[in-house]
Amino acid sequence: MAAARPDTPYEMEMVMAVENWLTTFPEMERADLIAIRKALDAGYRAFSRSYGDLIESLFDPLLYFLVWFEKLLLSTPWWLVILIVVGLVYGASRSPKLLVGVAVSLLLIGYFGMWENTMRTLSIITVCTILSITLGIPIGIMMARSDRTQAVVTPVLDIMQTMPAFVYLIPVVMLLGIGKVPGVIAVVIYAIPPVIRLTNLGIRLVDKEVLEASMAFGATRRQRLWGVQMPLAMPTIMAGINQTIMMALAMVVIASMIGVKGLGQPVLKSITNQYFTMGLFNGLAIVTLAIIFDRVSQAYARRTQRHLQGNAHG
Amino acid sequence: MAEPAIRPLVQVRGLSKVFGDNPLVAMERIGQGHSKDQILEQTGQTVGLNTIDLDIQAGEIFVIMGLSGSGKSTLIRHFNRLIEPTQGQITVDGTDVMTLSEKQLEQFRRHKMSMVFQHFGLLPHRTVIENVGYGLMVQGIEKSERRKKAGAWLDAVGLDGYEERYPAQLSGGQQQRVGLARALCTDADILLMDEAFSALDPLIRSEMQDQLIALQDRLHKTIIFITHDLDEALRLGDHIAILKDGLISQVGRPVDILLRPADAYVEAFVRDVNRARVLTADVVMQPPSCRLTNENLEEALRQMRGEEKDYGYLFKEDNFRGIVSRRAIEAEISKSGLKVDLIQLLEKPMSVHPGASLEKILPTTLGHPYPIPVVTDDGDFQGVVSQKDVISALTETRG
Ligand SMILES: Nc1ncnc2c1ncn2[C@@H]1O[C@H](COP(=O)(O)OP(=O)(O)OP(=O)(O)O)[C@@H](O)[C@H]1O
Ligand SMILES: [Mg+2]
Repeated sequence: MAAARPDTPYEMEMVMAVENWLTTFPEMERADLIAIRKALDAGYRAFSRSYGDLIESLFDPLLYFLVWFEKLLLSTPWWLVILIVVGLVYGASRSPKLLVGVAVSLLLIGYFGMWENTMRTLSIITVCTILSITLGIPIGIMMARSDRTQAVVTPVLDIMQTMPAFVYLIPVVMLLGIGKVPGVIAVVIYAIPPVIRLTNLGIRLVDKEVLEASMAFGATRRQRLWGVQMPLAMPTIMAGINQTIMMALAMVVIASMIGVKGLGQPVLKSITNQYFTMGLFNGLAIVTLAIIFDRVSQAYARRTQRHLQGNAHG
Repeated sequence: MAEPAIRPLVQVRGLSKVFGDNPLVAMERIGQGHSKDQILEQTGQTVGLNTIDLDIQAGEIFVIMGLSGSGKSTLIRHFNRLIEPTQGQITVDGTDVMTLSEKQLEQFRRHKMSMVFQHFGLLPHRTVIENVGYGLMVQGIEKSERRKKAGAWLDAVGLDGYEERYPAQLSGGQQQRVGLARALCTDADILLMDEAFSALDPLIRSEMQDQLIALQDRLHKTIIFITHDLDEALRLGDHIAILKDGLISQVGRPVDILLRPADAYVEAFVRDVNRARVLTADVVMQPPSCRLTNENLEEALRQMRGEEKDYGYLFKEDNFRGIVSRRAIEAEISKSGLKVDLIQLLEKPMSVHPGASLEKILPTTLGHPYPIPVVTDDGDFQGVVSQKDVISALTETRG
């Protein structure tokens, strides 16, 4: 470039343009960008203004249930809650060690004054988990049934998992405001991919010969799904549910930013005010809940799948 | 065995299967007589089966044999339409399987055919008894009846006491017995067995073969049996089809395959077979050379001299009575004239079973100067085997 000396102003301009293009990114005009942003934002705002109430009312049943469940947990005497939880733990795992561990952790949580927040978090996590499972498993099944569905859903799941949670909080809040329901939606969006993925994977990994066997004996599609594919995919699906619960718990702090009450709020408060001990205690309570959910669901899975252990093939 | 059917129970006509995204191109090449390898190279399509024709009779064990990749599994999965053909027709008992709707196909699979799998295909989350009754469960039969029937079949394969175990707790041989019991439990006429014994140790495998033969003697099913093992094919098959690259090389009785291989491929297969173990007495036996029906000594002697035989086989009302040697008659006549009855000179000879292998009967034939009678368990005389017959069958090569 240096060798060819520009002679005319026109050529001079050309060279400069090329050099610009090479050294700095050829950006869109700032004004255009702003126009696009404005148009999109305005469009969405108009949409949420005209349909926000309608959509919000669709979620009313969910809201009633959330409120009812939280009230139920809060109004039940603490010892009864511990008894019920411990009973569920023992029923699922049949492990006395786990039972004692869970009881002691819950007692400690209460003793350190975090009982109410823990109950709030417990209620929202339970609802989110139930919601994720009831939505995620059917989606996973549909993905396993058709390669095309899988090709469409997989990138959506990728986006849901990699998109920072704050980004999709924005439209949810614009649409539904601040509160429990947008919180639940945000948590479910963040936490649902593992159930879907692992349901799909689990069904696809079912031994081809076992499936052929059930077909060869004249099983219908439904008999194959519920009699063969789902039971055999169950260990994988359980792993997915387990991950979903963990991710939901991890989301608790972020969800508290949009008004979800529970253990996340004190954590958030301690970040802004630099209360280290308060943050640590509430954080530990979240960890405790996570460990309880994790151990119990894994122990349950292990216990019910025991006969699948060992190599079925010679 | 059931009376010979006039029409074959299962008929396969022009069955072809191409794996790939453009089967029609491959079908065209098949029509032009191109081979599997050529078609794969030219079009990228895999030919699984190439215009197969087969007739399978009711009540027989029909073995389909071939090396890995020859299309055996593909073929057997067409009978119950686990795989859809690219072209061709399969008729079972007058029904064109290809025209069945989804519902009809389910009924067909429930009642007409059942299947045993190479790796057993058992449901790992169900107990042994539930696995055996699976076919009945699919049909919606209630639990108590299911258990009763499944229990009976479990007994029949020698696994009583294992009802409440899970498949993972059983050995390979036991698992395959469960697979067999499951297939028998639906009372389907036709049994598909895809390399059912290939995953088992040689000893267990031969036990399972015995068990299958014993069951078949009782049940008279039509069994389509896949194997890549010629010894197994020869042992079990009433007829054997040999498959190569999706094409049938030869169909015939085991003896035909063994003694008259149709091409070099079949011959290569057959070359290493231990004939002494595979060929049986009824294959090499001949009608007795000198059949006596008259008890008169002089008559017998005249007949034997006339036919230049040293031994005669005496029959009375078509029942085999024994062997008499010319030397004994001559000695008796010179000693005491014609007073003695032929019956008294009879030797009670050794006899062999029609199903006995040449390996087993060779010492007997070598140890006696006369051809050995072949007699069934019921005492029916079938023929005789001589040393010469046995030895030539063992050494004979393709003529
Ligand atoms: N689903 C499939 N997609 C593509 N090609 C296939 C498929 N199934 C089988 N084939 C091809 O068809 C041919 C026959 O396969 P098949 O499984 O029937 O062989 P086989 O005789 O049963 O072999 P083996 O003894 O190894 O079980 C092979 O070339 C195989 O690659
Ligand atoms: Mg195979």
